[in-house]
Order: sequence, then structure tokens, then C-alpha cells
Amino acid sequence: MLSNIAFYGAIETGLIYGLVAFGIYLSFRVLDFPDLTVDGSFPLGAAVAAVLIIEGVNPWLATGAAVIAGMGAGAVTALLNVKLNILNLLASILTMIALYSVNLRIMGRPNIALLTEETVLTPWYDLGLAYHQVPVLLFIIVVMASLLLLWRFMKSETGLAMRATGANPRMARAQGIATGAMIVLGVAVSNGLVGLAGALFAQSQGAADVTMGVGVIVIGLASLIGGEAVLTPSTVLRALIACVIGAIVYRLAIALALNADFLGLQAQDLNLITAVLVTLAIVLPGVRTSVAARFTRKKA
Amino acid sequence: MITATDLTLTFGKGTPLENPALRGMSLTVNQGEFVTVIGSNGAGKSTFLNALAGEVMVDSGNIIVDNQDVTKLPTHKRAGRVARVFQDPLAGTCEGLSIEENLALAIKRGQRRGLSAAVKARYTDQFKTSLTSLNLGLENRLGDKMGLLSGGQRQAVSLLMASLTPSAILLLDEHTAALDPKTASFVLDLTTQIIEEQKLTALMVTHSMKQALEVGDRTVMLHQGQVVFDIAGQDREGLEVKDLLELFEKQRGLEVDDDSLLLG
Repeated sequence: MLSNIAFYGAIETGLIYGLVAFGIYLSFRVLDFPDLTVDGSFPLGAAVAAVLIIEGVNPWLATGAAVIAGMGAGAVTALLNVKLNILNLLASILTMIALYSVNLRIMGRPNIALLTEETVLTPWYDLGLAYHQVPVLLFIIVVMASLLLLWRFMKSETGLAMRATGANPRMARAQGIATGAMIVLGVAVSNGLVGLAGALFAQSQGAADVTMGVGVIVIGLASLIGGEAVLTPSTVLRALIACVIGAIVYRLAIALALNADFLGLQAQDLNLITAVLVTLAIVLPGVRTSVAARFTRKKA
Repeated sequence: MITATDLTLTFGKGTPLENPALRGMSLTVNQGEFVTVIGSNGAGKSTFLNALAGEVMVDSGNIIVDNQDVTKLPTHKRAGRVARVFQDPLAGTCEGLSIEENLALAIKRGQRRGLSAAVKARYTDQFKTSLTSLNLGLENRLGDKMGLLSGGQRQAVSLLMASLTPSAILLLDEHTAALDPKTASFVLDLTTQIIEEQKLTALMVTHSMKQALEVGDRTVMLHQGQVVFDIAGQDREGLEVKDLLELFEKQRGLEVDDDSLLLG
């Protein structure tokens, strides 16, 4: 079915989209804030990291800068919503559109190749692992660390306040929680994670491209919903694990679909397959009624 | 102590739906007083409570809580002084969080929240003792999701949450109105018990004149965004619903045509 390289490749991108799914879990689920900024903050993270790396900056520092840039983008979206009272979905679309220009400005051209540059992956190739296994190892560590940090945060006083903000803002205010500040913080952290994912993606794929963000939101949502269908997210920890599992399962499913010759699918069909998969996951009552219920309620 | 002076508030100003909710409303609630507030629909009861809590901003007038002017402060900045229980039993708690997590949110009301674990081991005993006082067996269900509880249970926990940390005033917004009669009387008893034990200053809005006279030590009636009468002490002793209605008619010189006042 799948070659070894295709398999590891699916795990690798799955792990990266696990980070995106964390971000989307934070905005869509925890804060109940439908945030499409990710389509812009993913390439933003890639652009910032790529530009800094070709300037000779340490790749980890460059990746850190990508996280901060992503957080900035998220903060802009949240502030448009909180301070200017723009509908959350619209605020995120505005930021996403603006980021397309910003990303082009940052890169100075539509794409930057990183194939010959030193990236966060470079030192790991000396460990003696097969070439296609290296990113998987590193990304497992990054994803695990992010998961544990996020879990710890959600259990903290501030994290609990953030969960209350999304679940019951009126009650949260009555408990003295500055709900506006919580939204800004949460959406910033969410997009910081997406920026991190973008930076790692650019480094593992060997290039940053201004169009690489198209559909990231849908892939992240597919991961989130798929993960929730596999693992009922009754606790924060389970929900976070579900994000990673969902992302990996999704990438494997895509890889299988593209590799199954009898289906006749090609790489350019990726977004179509994604949209179809997400639609199926939402509407197929047999898939998981609870997921469907949760998602249709969100829309109302 | 809480002092509201000459509050005015008009919803939808300058539109055909312009609706003056508060028209020069003034009220002082002294330390340790338990005031019940009645009034027909649209009298401004809920708006008054929302104004005190900070959910709506008044057009003019000012609100002083414990010698601090809070008129311009948003809800979350008043929360340290103002505790609240909502009418909707689902509104005061988070159903997706556990009982323990809800209480942990409330114990930090109005205080800085940091990055330490929200549910701390040292809270457990306090939470269990408080929950035991409800006699609902909730002390053994700290980890259960709030959403598993009934409306009455949730309202009881909301009350507990509001009294977990000290406040200058406890606002109760028809908090028994959405419950069945038996549960409502349980929650009301619990309310008077908590207010007496902790010597709280409280303002309770109710639709029921009977309830307004039975509990608390002072009753205020609102009409068209103003206080029409305010009785306490001896004047209030032995007063019945029909006396209250007569008083209202005398004060206003008009007929009460709102059945909800009589039926409550």
C-alpha cells in the first residue's frame, strides 16, 4: 500500500498538523472563536523562519520568531473582535487577507528555498537515522512538549479562566475574569502554535511559499473533528491527544487515497479530498452522532 | 454598603424602540441588610441589578460600593465586590467543567489568576465542607461535570460559589424563578441560611410579593425605573400581599393591572 517513505512522510506532516489542530482546538473549541487567521499565520510562520534562516540566524531562534509572529497575527484578529466589535469570523478573515500581503513583504518574493540552509533538522541527521525518519523524531518531541505545556496551561488558574470564557462568558465576567483579555491571549497562543507549525513545515519541506497556507484551516479542522470521532474528548488531555491522532490519521488517509491507484487520484486532488472528508465526518450520522451534534450546534 | 444615586438608563436611545429603563433610581443598601426588590415587568428590576453588576453602563448617576465609585467599571473589575446568582440555573456555572473546577473559578473571584494549578489540594476540604452543607451528596462528586447536575442542584452550587469569597453585596436575580416550587423553596431556604450565617449584604429581585415579604429585612418596590416605596422594620412586620398592593396604589394613585404581581 504505502511505501516506507510515504508512510513516514504522512506521520511527519501529521505531526505538524497536530500543532495546527492544537491551535484550532484552542480557538474553535475552548474559546468558541471560529478563527480563520491560521490560513495566514501558517505561511507567516514559514516566511519569518525562512527569511531569518537565509539571513544566517540560528534556526531555533528563527522558529521562535515565527511563533511570536503567529501570536501577533492572532492578537490582531482578537483585538479586531474585542476592541472594535467586529464579528469574530470576519475579523479573522480580514487578518488572513492582510497577511497574504504581509507575507509577500516579509519574503520579498513568492517563495524561498531552504534546501541548502541549516535548519532545526540539520544536526539530527548526524544521529544515524534514516533520512526520512529524522523529522518524525524531532517533531514527536516538539508535539509532545507542546501538548504537555498546553495541558498544564489549561489546568492553571488562567487556563481555567480561558475555558470559562469560551463556555460561559457571562459567568466568567461575574467571576472577575477579563474575558476580552482571555480571548486575545487564547487566539494569540493558538496562532503562535500555527506559526510554529508553519516554520517547521517550511524547514522540513525545504521551502516557504506564500500560498502554502491555503486550506490549512480545513485540514486542521479535519484533524480536530476526526480526532474527536476517534477519541471522545471528555477531558482536556484526551482532546489534545485526539488532535494529534486526528491529524496523523488524516494524513495517512490522504496518503492512502493518493497511493491507491485504482482511485485514480492525484496530488492536485488533495483539497477536494479534504473537503469531502470533512463534509463526510460532519454529516455522516453513522460516523459519530456526538460530533455531528456538536458541530451543527456551533453553526446555529 | 452600596449606594446608587439618581441612575438613569435608556435603551435604544434615539430609535423608535427607545425605552427608559431607569429614571432617577436611587437606593442605599447598608452593611448586613437583606433587601428584597419587587416590581412588575419592565419596572427596571433586572436593569438595576445589571447596572450594579456592571453588565450595563448607566447614562447618568453613580454607584458607590464600599466607598469606591464603580460607575464606570466593567463587570470583571467589580466582581471582587459584587457576587451574583443568575435567574437561569445554567448561567451561573460552566457545564463542561467539573464541580471542583467551577468552585476553583469562584474562589478566585475578583483576584489575580496566575499559572499555578487551578484546582489545589488545599481547597478540597473547604469545597467538601461547603458542599456538605447543601445536603445533596455533591461532596463526593467533586470530579463530576457540572452538566450532570439538575437545575436546582446547579443553582445551589451557584449560590455556594457566590458566597465562597467575601463580597460587598450579593445580587440575586430571581434566582428561584426558573425552578419547580419544591426546588425553589429549597434554594430560597438555602439563600436565607447562607445570608444569615455569613452576615451577607444582599439584594434579591423576586417576582413574588409573598416571597419578598417573607424573607429579608427590607422590601423595595420599583415602578417605571424608580423606587416607589421602601419599607423596613416595624412597618414591614405583618404586612401582607394585599397591604403591599394598597400601598402601591396609594403611592402611585393608579390601578395595578399586572396580574403577575398578584399571582406571584
